[in-house]
Amino acid sequence: MTPLRDAFLSAAVALGLFGPMVGLLTVSGEHGLSLELRPIATAVIVGLVFLGRLLVLSWRGRGRVETYKTNRALAEGIAHAGKFIAPVLLVAAVALPFTGSRYYVDLGTLVLTYIMLGWGLNIVVGLAGLLDLGYVAFYAVGAYSYALLSTTYDLGFWTCLPLAGLFAGCAGVMLGFPVLRLRGDYLAIVTLAFGEIIRIVLTNWVSLTNGPNGITGIPRPTLFGLRFSMEGGEGTFAGFFGIEPATIQRVIFLYYVILVLALLTNWVSLRLRRIPLGRAWEALREDEIACRSLGINVRNTKLTAFGMGAMFGGLAGAFFATRQAFISPESFTFIESATVLAIVVLGGMGSQLGVALAAIVMVGGLETLRDVLSFLGDQMNSPLFAGIAGQLPLYRMLIFGLVLVVMMVLRPRGLISGRTPTVALGARKEIAAELVAQGRG
Amino acid sequence: MLAVSNLVMRFGGLRAVDGLSFEARAGDITAVIGPNGAGKTTVFNCITGFYRPTAGAITLTHRNGEKFPLHRMPGHRIATEAKVARTFQNIRLFAGMTVLENLLVAQHNKLMAATGLGVLAMLGLGRYRSAEAAGIRKARHWLDAIGLTERADDPAGALPYGAQRRLEIARAMCIDPVLLCLDEPAAGLNPRESEELNRLLLRIRDQGCSLLLIEHDMGVVMRISDHIVVLDHGRKISDGTPAEVRADAAVIAAYLGEGEDDEVEA
Amino acid sequence: MDYAYALQQLINGVTLGMIYGLIAVGYTMVYGIIGMINFAHGDIFMVGAFLSMIALLGLAALGITWVPLALALTLLFAAAITALYGWTVERVAYRPLRGSFRLAPLISAIGMSITLQNYVQVSQGARVKPIEAVIPGGIQVMNQGGFTVELSWMQIAIVATTLAILAVFTWLVKRTPLGRTMRACEQDLKMASLLGIDTDRTISLTFVIGAALAAVAGLMFLLYYGVIDFYIGFIAGIKAFTAAVLGGIGSLPGAVLGGLLIGLIEVFWSAYFSVEYKDVAAFSILIIVLIFMPTGILGRAEVEKV
Repeated sequence: MTPLRDAFLSAAVALGLFGPMVGLLTVSGEHGLSLELRPIATAVIVGLVFLGRLLVLSWRGRGRVETYKTNRALAEGIAHAGKFIAPVLLVAAVALPFTGSRYYVDLGTLVLTYIMLGWGLNIVVGLAGLLDLGYVAFYAVGAYSYALLSTTYDLGFWTCLPLAGLFAGCAGVMLGFPVLRLRGDYLAIVTLAFGEIIRIVLTNWVSLTNGPNGITGIPRPTLFGLRFSMEGGEGTFAGFFGIEPATIQRVIFLYYVILVLALLTNWVSLRLRRIPLGRAWEALREDEIACRSLGINVRNTKLTAFGMGAMFGGLAGAFFATRQAFISPESFTFIESATVLAIVVLGGMGSQLGVALAAIVMVGGLETLRDVLSFLGDQMNSPLFAGIAGQLPLYRMLIFGLVLVVMMVLRPRGLISGRTPTVALGARKEIAAELVAQGRG
Repeated sequence: MLAVSNLVMRFGGLRAVDGLSFEARAGDITAVIGPNGAGKTTVFNCITGFYRPTAGAITLTHRNGEKFPLHRMPGHRIATEAKVARTFQNIRLFAGMTVLENLLVAQHNKLMAATGLGVLAMLGLGRYRSAEAAGIRKARHWLDAIGLTERADDPAGALPYGAQRRLEIARAMCIDPVLLCLDEPAAGLNPRESEELNRLLLRIRDQGCSLLLIEHDMGVVMRISDHIVVLDHGRKISDGTPAEVRADAAVIAAYLGEGEDDEVEA
Repeated sequence: MDYAYALQQLINGVTLGMIYGLIAVGYTMVYGIIGMINFAHGDIFMVGAFLSMIALLGLAALGITWVPLALALTLLFAAAITALYGWTVERVAYRPLRGSFRLAPLISAIGMSITLQNYVQVSQGARVKPIEAVIPGGIQVMNQGGFTVELSWMQIAIVATTLAILAVFTWLVKRTPLGRTMRACEQDLKMASLLGIDTDRTISLTFVIGAALAAVAGLMFLLYYGVIDFYIGFIAGIKAFTAAVLGGIGSLPGAVLGGLLIGLIEVFWSAYFSVEYKDVAAFSILIIVLIFMPTGILGRAEVEKV
């Protein structure tokens, strides 16, 4: 097929797809719904598809081999650079608050929360190869544990944090106990169902959780007993150090809290990989039947992975609650589970650095996109864009979804897909991604 | 040491194993042979706890007299307590882990016991360091035995086929079994590799571990087995030393597909 | 009143169950052939519902108001365009990942689901869209103690259409060469391709048929509830997948049976216990069924190959 003909066909398909959906807008009027024509928008989209297809075809025709090579080189480059990227990232993370920018610190806090969630889920999905589509449930358990404990029993953050992790871990073990013998997609759908159950219960158990209105006034953490409050004086951070109280102090403090929590998650996962338990997780991912023949108690081993992952989800949840000071079931929807899972897969399952990079790219990108889109929306004063300008921020999730598809198609094994051995007689050699299994559980 | 009595395994209407009894003596290499579909692998799966038999008993007796009812023990305890190890017809290595890691995973339970619930090992404290060093020493021992020391840090999935077979045997040996069950260890090996395998198996036997093997390669079977059990249609049709079995008319009939009586029985 | 009330719930449950069943067939077909959860399928259903609404409005604007004709044309239009969506999704997001690692298509499918949801939100707006009842009225089946059991024409139409479509579909799978290649691919994709079956084409057709059935479900949903929004696909999708798993994934009659069960559970739970927890009931039953019957109700028992 000639490129031109192919492009015409693509345009025809696009016309079929977008003609009715974009070309005909349903508007609510006095007499119920009616249709409104939008020929220009449709024509623009169909035209873009035509041009886009032409471009893709010509690009492919020219540089197929080279793209493969650059892809390969890129992968190796990232793997080699990993040794340098990690410390650089760490230094950047520690130094970030010194920019003094509230915006960056808030963004950094958000990204770090997702990095921590990603590292937690990585234990379950990346190491043990168990597909968990309801990770947000444990995040929710942690968040509500802290919120309820602190508002009901007046307990502080540092007391509640381990409790929140413990509760979430127990929830993981309790869910895992009956369902972990299910394999593959059955496990996926059961965890997804569990996530939804938790959310529905949180929404409807009004006497405990205050339902959809959520819990407000969740206390903030203290630094060795020092509060971060605006009055200053005795017992506050500003009062103790004799400085002007400012919100930014609390924001920065929260940032360092999540940085420490995330690093703790990372350290624990790295250590776990090097002990028999972690090795058994990876072996489980590679071949469950072989594990059984070697006397590994498959169910208990899976449970530890599930519980451990859930625990870190719970810790992150407690942090989320204290940072927002307000939580409601709306924060714990499937899209959160999907985002965290996407971070893990895109990072390259099992790779700590990959997960961090993926979280930075995705969460950071998503937030940047929000600003770019609203900025663009403000710039579009021309009447030509009248229909789009106000809607522009809505395109954010649309772009996010498309980016997920494109990234998976381009790099199905994620950014850093190799595996580093946990022990070696001589030098450690990276294991090619093609040999590493992704688990069936 | 291993006594299988009246073993029956049914899948729906199919009787894959039908009232089978045999014994394997300690320190012997016992071969289970038979035409395709005779139920050999099913017997293996019953012995190693992957299938729960429909009826019958499988009892393993250790040298100290302790008895293990394998037909009702959960799979992982058959390996840890009864000390029965196995390999698979289609090799099941941890392909994405290195050769060394494969051998360390096999020592999971022993190493796990030394980690103090994981916490101490994570902090790098306690006995774990020395336990791991011992684990690596044992792994090295088997790597030397199978000639793969050079490739210890390569992923198992990247090894040539024959080396993968040997590695799987070494991995099974790392659980210190008293009985090693091998499912077609010589399948796909060239004559030289087959010869190496024979030596390895004899060496394992001489160290005191009993072997039970399923094999199609009669060269291997006749040369190394002390005792042969012949199955056909889930039943035992012959049992004895290689010389006895070779002379048995029923065995020849089963292998050549002769004898209408076969089908009458079925 | 008790029997009457229960009978009414039964009628409602079967109607809803039919809709779930139609969506579930799409999940189960795709799962049977390429072993992936097509996460975007629920959103394909939602797209089908929107296209149905657009078609109904368009036909009304063109002056075609005779209900049977309008509905038939809507059905054809929505099924055709939704099928095109199904085809495109497969072509763009799944085919490049064929034979890749198992999680990549899953994430790609989740991405597609997010994309479709937001695409419809952006193109058609986030507000709920109500339409007037297309087929008003019904028959009163019985009256007991002041409670009237009503079987609406709409419900009759939904159940009748669904059964007719499923009959055609069953014939397609059981009796035509296309169905044979589909079943061959389900048994063993690699072998089918070695035997000269164009597996890419068969997989595409599976998506096309699944999407067309989802479009029918979308139209039924629109007619039954009279109101849709861009978010209906997610919940309906999860429930339909639950139905497919409940019935035994890979089994077509199982999908319909599972759909009916989920519909009945949901309706009866809402009627007798609480509306808020109807989804919890459906999901809990899923978990319980899977624990005791890991392959679903009509699924083939798997013997673990060692």
